[in-house]
Amino acid sequence: MTVTKAESGEDSGEDGMRDTYVPSQRRLDRERHKRVRARRATAIAALSTLVTAVVLYLVVVSAPGWERTKETFFDGQYAREALPKVLDGLWLNIRLLLICGVLVLVLGMLIAIARTLPGPVFFPLRALAAAYTDFFRGLPLIINLMIVVFGVPALRLQGVTVDPVLLGGTALTLTYSAYVAEVFRAGIESVHPSQRAAARSLGLTNRQALRHVVLPQAVRRQVPPLLNDLVSLQKDTGLVSIGGAIDAVRASDIIAQRSLNYTPYIVAGLVFVALTIPMTRFTDWVTARMDRQRAQGGAI
Amino acid sequence: MSDAPVLRMESVRKTFGDSVVLRDVDLAVAPHTVTALIGASGSGKSTLLRCANLLEEIDDGAIWLDDEEITDPRADHDAVRRRIGVVFQAYNLFPHMTVLDNITLAPRRVHGVSRAEAEERARELLERLGLGGKADAYPDRLSGGQQQRVAIVRALAVRPRLLLLDEITAALDPELVGEVLTVVRGLKDEGMTMVLATHEMGFARDVADQVCFLDGGVVLERGSAEQVFGDPQQERTQRFLRRIVEAGRL
Repeated sequence: MTVTKAESGEDSGEDGMRDTYVPSQRRLDRERHKRVRARRATAIAALSTLVTAVVLYLVVVSAPGWERTKETFFDGQYAREALPKVLDGLWLNIRLLLICGVLVLVLGMLIAIARTLPGPVFFPLRALAAAYTDFFRGLPLIINLMIVVFGVPALRLQGVTVDPVLLGGTALTLTYSAYVAEVFRAGIESVHPSQRAAARSLGLTNRQALRHVVLPQAVRRQVPPLLNDLVSLQKDTGLVSIGGAIDAVRASDIIAQRSLNYTPYIVAGLVFVALTIPMTRFTDWVTARMDRQRAQGGAI
Repeated sequence: MSDAPVLRMESVRKTFGDSVVLRDVDLAVAPHTVTALIGASGSGKSTLLRCANLLEEIDDGAIWLDDEEITDPRADHDAVRRRIGVVFQAYNLFPHMTVLDNITLAPRRVHGVSRAEAEERARELLERLGLGGKADAYPDRLSGGQQQRVAIVRALAVRPRLLLLDEITAALDPELVGEVLTVVRGLKDEGMTMVLATHEMGFARDVADQVCFLDGGVVLERGSAEQVFGDPQQERTQRFLRRIVEAGRL
């Protein structure tokens, strides 16, 4: 072959003459000015935060019902009593999250693929998948839960569980796989048609193009919204308490009902918030890392 | 070796809705020759290539690849595409794969070549096209010219019978066009059969054995490069070439 090695232009720029650059006075002045400005900005932000916090505090404390509210919602005694029980219950929420999370991702992916299959043979599958997502995305989760958790045992079917945790998990999976299927489908459709054209031009079958070219890009792109749905699933695991399963919410409810004090709810709520924050930070980290990897040329 | 055309089109018609893009196209591409499709934007050059690769379904007429009618509904489209390499204007590399994975995907998944063998051939081709150090880079890190050369390697990796090049320099900065065209010239010297749609008239004149001027959905004029560029018979061809010359592109 007679192709001469084409030159790669950007390699030549770096081995120029030795760099003897000394920053000019102008640059030093500019940088000093920027530093002063940055310091002033930090000071202003701190002051404004403090003022806002004080104002908010005064508004809440000066409310006419504040003393009553403090007793019923922020009672240290009840908080200490509730925390260990809530944390015990939380273990159930975490297990539900892990198991439902995996099921939701698998089922959501299958439904999304079913919806995007081409060809007349797959029409029933496409229609079924569309009906499924339409129905379960529209159905309020709480109603779905009540139907599954109370309705299924009422049928008295042989061999079907009546365990509120399993049934609650089923209901969560049904609703969330519909959400996640739509996220995956949006991802699949966001991959430019030219990618599929390039794959098919190489002789890949439709299925191979989907598996090696379209899905990897679709999933990568949808990681942030997927994690967002998982955070949402995480807190909605608290809803299985309506069937009587003792999770974090139900544990706080038991104490609250007994003592007529609502502090345990606050405790449970804060525990859920504390649980989702690492997940949210993880989402941010994954997104940032993906951007960086692509830009740098990745895993070399 | 037989001289039967590698690619043959007869009375090909293709419409998108109401607009007729290819009205009545005949084309024959002999083995080891280069055919350049020229014509104004929207004259159907890209569509013709996409039809040849079955990315678009034609409305009427027929297309043969090595005397096998590929527009027969019973033809195996995947098998046809396996024998045709395509390079796109926008490269269409897979951004989530390294250069090496881009190139070895089809040999490994479609042609059943072992990973080691596929990678060896890929590295050899990359080396030949001056991309030896880029095998493990991701496409986004490469310049346009490098990406397009990778796309050419990817198309060549499966040893295609026919290579379709769809305005492969149109998205490149002027100083990067040369490196890509050098590669195409090298492929011609190797005997690769190619059909290219191009706006690079100087290049078409240099490299093409056959030049086809598309206008209004038909091949209005065809012939050797000397004939079409030097002594165009049709008035519309003359006008097109005059505009090109005035724009300083020839």
